[in-house]
Amino acid sequence: MRTAAARTGKYVSLVVACLFALVPIAVIVTSSLKTDAEFASTGPLTMPRSWTNFGNYVTAFTDGHMLRGFANTAIILVISLAGTILIGTTAAYAIDRFDFRGKKVVLGLFLVATLVPGVTTQVATFKVVDTLGLFDTRWSAVVLFMGTDIISLYIFIQFMRSIPKDLDEAATIDGANHFTIYRKVILPLLKPAIATVVIVKGIAIYNEFYIPFLYMPSDRLGVISTSLFRFKGPFGAHWEVICAGVVIVLVPTLVLFLALQRYIYNGFTTGAVK
Amino acid sequence: MTDVTDAARATTLEPAPTPPARRRRRTGRGWPATPYLFVAAAVALLLVFTYVPVVNMFWYSLTDWDGLSKTKDFVGLDNYVEVFTRKDIFAVFFVSLYYFVASFVQIALALYFATLLTFSTRFRNFFKGVIFFPYLINGVAIGLIFLFFFQPGGTLDSVLHAFHVGHAPYPLWLGDPDIANVSLAGVSVWRYLGLNFVLFLGAMQSISGELYEAAELDGATRWHEFRYIIAPSIRPIIGLSVILAIAGSLSVFEIPFIMTQGANGTTTFVIKTVKLAFTFNKFGLASAMAVVLLLIVLVVTAIQRWVFPDEKGGRP
Repeated sequence: MRTAAARTGKYVSLVVACLFALVPIAVIVTSSLKTDAEFASTGPLTMPRSWTNFGNYVTAFTDGHMLRGFANTAIILVISLAGTILIGTTAAYAIDRFDFRGKKVVLGLFLVATLVPGVTTQVATFKVVDTLGLFDTRWSAVVLFMGTDIISLYIFIQFMRSIPKDLDEAATIDGANHFTIYRKVILPLLKPAIATVVIVKGIAIYNEFYIPFLYMPSDRLGVISTSLFRFKGPFGAHWEVICAGVVIVLVPTLVLFLALQRYIYNGFTTGAVK
Repeated sequence: MTDVTDAARATTLEPAPTPPARRRRRTGRGWPATPYLFVAAAVALLLVFTYVPVVNMFWYSLTDWDGLSKTKDFVGLDNYVEVFTRKDIFAVFFVSLYYFVASFVQIALALYFATLLTFSTRFRNFFKGVIFFPYLINGVAIGLIFLFFFQPGGTLDSVLHAFHVGHAPYPLWLGDPDIANVSLAGVSVWRYLGLNFVLFLGAMQSISGELYEAAELDGATRWHEFRYIIAPSIRPIIGLSVILAIAGSLSVFEIPFIMTQGANGTTTFVIKTVKLAFTFNKFGLASAMAVVLLLIVLVVTAIQRWVFPDEKGGRP
């Protein structure tokens, strides 16, 4: 019952969707390759005269301090991810493998906390971060990324349920203590869950704007998002440089997506639904 | 529109209570403090960065604190009265409506494209990737991409001109208060469509292919297949998306903040809160707004649990 018209309609709508998704990005790429004068005299849909004019990229990297942005993002990313994995897996180990007084309370605290959207409490969180002396340091972003991540904990708990308890018990009989079991048995088996958390949270940290913007206003602490945001001021009249900055931020995301497509789809589906 | 995903995600994330049979015997072996050591860091961070702020926020909302001075005076519910009576504050709720409507467009489009790709399609992975990719892009990059897109003589104007749609001068897509919110909500759809789409597609692909074959033998059309096979099977995930839409449209921040800083009537609830707190030093008032937002999100989540109780906990 599938008519040719229906088939055509299907592909036409898919192609239109792709155009909607890609054209806004494509014009940024072509504009980033234009010179100052060329940009001023041509429309957005005109192709650049030279496809190898990378001058704007040099300007974006040097005057726009993109390298510093990448460095700050990388530092925060690595420490936050390591912290999230350590804190999340140990907590999941305690919650799934032990019965202890107050366990229900702890679980309840985590559950209720997932209901509190982070953006709503920033006004008060700001004061806490300030009181701890973390304002305008990289640690503000690190502790907030580690401290407000409950989804990762749930991913770890969910996954740990599928690890048979016989393994722990066998290790106990062999004389292993709980720390050894965590390190030698549980942690290695959690690798798939850790991979999911690294992908989903890694992308979230790379893209985060609100936290670094609010807590790390100094130029020298600019991460990728805030460095790019600051392009708006000095390069306001130089869209070709802003476009180059946007492309610089996009490329790592695109490469990662092409390389890890399957894991990324799985990660987001797991993170959201499971 | 998934700025507050945590809230709605939680509803499906709650670990099912451990069945008694599986419950571990009290560990006689080992140091009794062990589990506390393992869980301590997580609980400490949770208390310091979630519970302390929430409690403080309730307290601040009852004072006239400016965020700086050592003293704050108790003013009762004055701040709450101000939230609901001051026109410029109450107006931000109406801005949410644009995003709210847009998120239904987003869900409808996501359902449409996910349904298309559920059936065999050429270049399936390519289409899937292109529709999903915007969701992964940095928010600031998206803001700048669409500032360029909407600016006078920018991408949109040029495309309209090339296809002879309308004529110059085109409206100021971000400058005209009547249109600005529609443009921004459109960007939001562009950004978040991919997530809904991939979630729907994942749910649809877990439906057995035999069901479609049987339906097609009975002469079912695509619409029938969608209406009687797909829609009922993915009902929970649609429910979740609708809840995210409501909570998300109230907590929109990044896109309008980056693109217009809330100018031309595009100030959202969160932008207003941030501005009151950090620009105008109205910490008490800003806290009251945050409490109102928090309560709305909690009510919405409670309604979700009441409407879709089967979603809680165990999923297949």
